[in-house]
Amino acid sequence: MKIKVAGEVKEVKEGLTLTELIEIEQVETPQYVTVSLNEEFVESGSFAETVLKDGDDVEFLYFMGGGR
Amino acid sequence: MAFTNEELERYSRHIILKEIGVKGQKKPLNGKVLIIGAGGLGAPAAMYLAAAGVGTIGIADADVVDLSNLQRQVIHTTNDIGKLKVESAAETMRAINPGIQVNTYHTFVSSENIMDLIADYDFILDGTDNFPAKFLINDACVMAKKPLSHAGIIRFKGQLTTIIPGEGPCYRCIFKNPPPKDAVPTCRQAGVIGAMGGVIGSLQAMEAVKYLTGTGDLLVGYLLTYDALTMEFHKIKLPSRKGGCAVCSDTPTITTLIDYEQIACDLKDR
Repeated sequence: MKIKVAGEVKEVKEGLTLTELIEIEQVETPQYVTVSLNEEFVESGSFAETVLKDGDDVEFLYFMGGGR
Repeated sequence: MAFTNEELERYSRHIILKEIGVKGQKKPLNGKVLIIGAGGLGAPAAMYLAAAGVGTIGIADADVVDLSNLQRQVIHTTNDIGKLKVESAAETMRAINPGIQVNTYHTFVSSENIMDLIADYDFILDGTDNFPAKFLINDACVMAKKPLSHAGIIRFKGQLTTIIPGEGPCYRCIFKNPPPKDAVPTCRQAGVIGAMGGVIGSLQAMEAVKYLTGTGDLLVGYLLTYDALTMEFHKIKLPSRKGGCAVCSDTPTITTLIDYEQIACDLKDR
């Protein structure tokens, strides 16, 4: 199936969970990433049971603390 | 009040823009912007806002200029090392544009002083380097209903969003709480490419000028990210504001300001 990750279309296996996608995408500090799925935030406790569907749109939002 | 000939010339490249014009240029002259942090983000933002003729610019910072700042904090020069950052920044802004009022606040922001600091300003620009300050500024701006440009930079990446309380999501809608100490690296620990402050700080100044002049669409409801290594900008549409946020929902659970542990400021090159 095809999903969109950070605006880019990717081919992934059926039944992929958000936790598995986070591993594939090598998300940095995954325990602190915010995930938006089809423009809704996903609770961080429910990544493992969130099964992705064809056409899903996933965005990872990262903490960025610098500025000075 | 009509522009003087000198002002007409100084702002001629703005005035000629059909989106701004004479009428539009008068708005920043009556506008007040507070920049919190006179560093990587605050430096370019302060310079562009001074040059643009923002009538009153406040700048808050508790530090002195250090040699390690100069790789990115372009408002300070080698001769400024050891000076208060707010004084050094104010000197540069006044040199760029003597027609503006610069207010300096030699202090860290805290729950004690932030409401008073932001009270007199129309738009707040977050140029701080740590999560406790970023959450404090967000919460204070939500409570005081002040528009805010939030930004963060690290390594070769940067991001920003514009928060207009009541109109779109706030920082806490995206990130519920600060990460634990040392869980997420800071610029000091991880480094930052100098021009990143220029890119993202200039975008913050752009949002402030657009807000004051009423020009174009703001980054309300979007997080704009920039990766210098791949040279890609990505605009992420944020979920619409819903009831769940602890500070900006209609039934907030956070109603007083919180001083989280100051986690980011342990080395000298703040």
